[in-house]
Amino acid sequence: MLSAASRDALAVDAAPNPWFDPSYVTRNWESILGYLGEHVRLTVGAVVVGALIALPLALLARRSRWLSGPVLGLSTLIYTIPSLAMFAFVAPITGLTATTVLVGLVLYSLVILVRNFLAGLQAVPPDVQEAARGMGYGPARLFWQVELPLALPAFMAGLRIATVSTVALTTVGVIVGHGGLGQLITGGFNANFYRAEIVTGALGCVLLALLADLLLAGAERLLTPWARGGRT
Amino acid sequence: MSLWQEALVYLNDPFNWTRRGGILDLLAEHLRISALAVLAAVVIAVPVGMVLGHTGRGGGFTVALSNVSRAVPTLALLTLFAVTPIGFGPTATTIALAVFAVPPILTNTYVGFRGVDRDVVEASRAMGMSGRQVILRAELPLAAPLLMTGVRTAAVQVVATATLAALVAGGGLGRIITLGFAQQNYGVVLAGAALVALLAVLTEVVLAAVSWAATPGPKRLPFLRPASRSAAGTPEPTASGVPL
Repeated sequence: MLSAASRDALAVDAAPNPWFDPSYVTRNWESILGYLGEHVRLTVGAVVVGALIALPLALLARRSRWLSGPVLGLSTLIYTIPSLAMFAFVAPITGLTATTVLVGLVLYSLVILVRNFLAGLQAVPPDVQEAARGMGYGPARLFWQVELPLALPAFMAGLRIATVSTVALTTVGVIVGHGGLGQLITGGFNANFYRAEIVTGALGCVLLALLADLLLAGAERLLTPWARGGRT
Repeated sequence: MSLWQEALVYLNDPFNWTRRGGILDLLAEHLRISALAVLAAVVIAVPVGMVLGHTGRGGGFTVALSNVSRAVPTLALLTLFAVTPIGFGPTATTIALAVFAVPPILTNTYVGFRGVDRDVVEASRAMGMSGRQVILRAELPLAAPLLMTGVRTAAVQVVATATLAALVAGGGLGRIITLGFAQQNYGVVLAGAALVALLAVLTEVVLAAVSWAATPGPKRLPFLRPASRSAAGTPEPTASGVPL
């Protein structure tokens, strides 16, 4: 480890080292794009897989109180485990691959998604379910045509939170060499505190998270046309 | 030898615990940094949250703050502080962690104060309480459960996040994991991961007990609660943070 005294000898103090350097971005466009691609693939993959697992889990948990306790308890436990430890647990099985990061991210997104899916499903008024059943709706039709639309806002809220936090979490994947834009952050740190590279990685993550949030908010608007009328 | 056995062998060696820079040293450093960061965040966030919640201003600000903080990778914040004149080391890590602990505490304090029944505030005013007395004697006790939840969320997040400092050459228990990866020794990696996970879970359990004891009013044991409430399903609150 470097001490504070020996830092003066580093190139950081001798050479100009601006926080923002557009030429860095243009010079390294190819590699930045590669890391960005990996970041997006990991995030989208984790949220999609997480949603596919979370929906059946939430449906199961809604059926009985006995199931919802363990499902929610387990998800709270997962949320407590630090991400670095999570990736370290998975790494011996899957090795230094992007799969390690993906598995960890799916586990975290599951926690958020199951909770929100369950809350959305439980918020469907029993009267509405009764009415639909009375009109002759079977379980599948009841779910697709009545419960899903009513629970959609809660589902989308869960997806948005999961996506934004997954974008931030992906950076920790640098521990196995697949951290997307996180590679830029630690790369710049290891390259004599190269600020332009660090800032590019950090800003990239924040912008990506905001963009993903905006896209999902737009999707929610498109999927729930009935909610649009009253609000301004 | 399986990896878990290797991890056990590592954890079972007293020398790995007591030597300089061993597990005990790293644990002490981890806890010192975390405690300082949470303390700093409480000192900053609680008074601000109390004032904002009491006056009812800044609701949009606190929600926006907690949303934005979700999108900022902690790794980036740790690194950014390290490349400022602060330099990397315990100070930069502590500041970065404190910055991350502020939003959950601030948001929960604000929400807790806003959630206090207006009639109660009116009544305490009518009893002749001054503004300060209303805050300290009426609103604070009623907001205490949510406030404590915020502190707990923040503390667990900080303990978990302090692990990340090791990725940028900082100290703490995360070092065992990064060193294990650097030496391609997955047994050590697993041992470090188990230690870190255990510490985080322990923090959660201890703080849950503390906030239960610190909350005024009739106490119900936390594990009895799900049975009395409608079968769980609280949505992810906006105030809580990212696991890191």
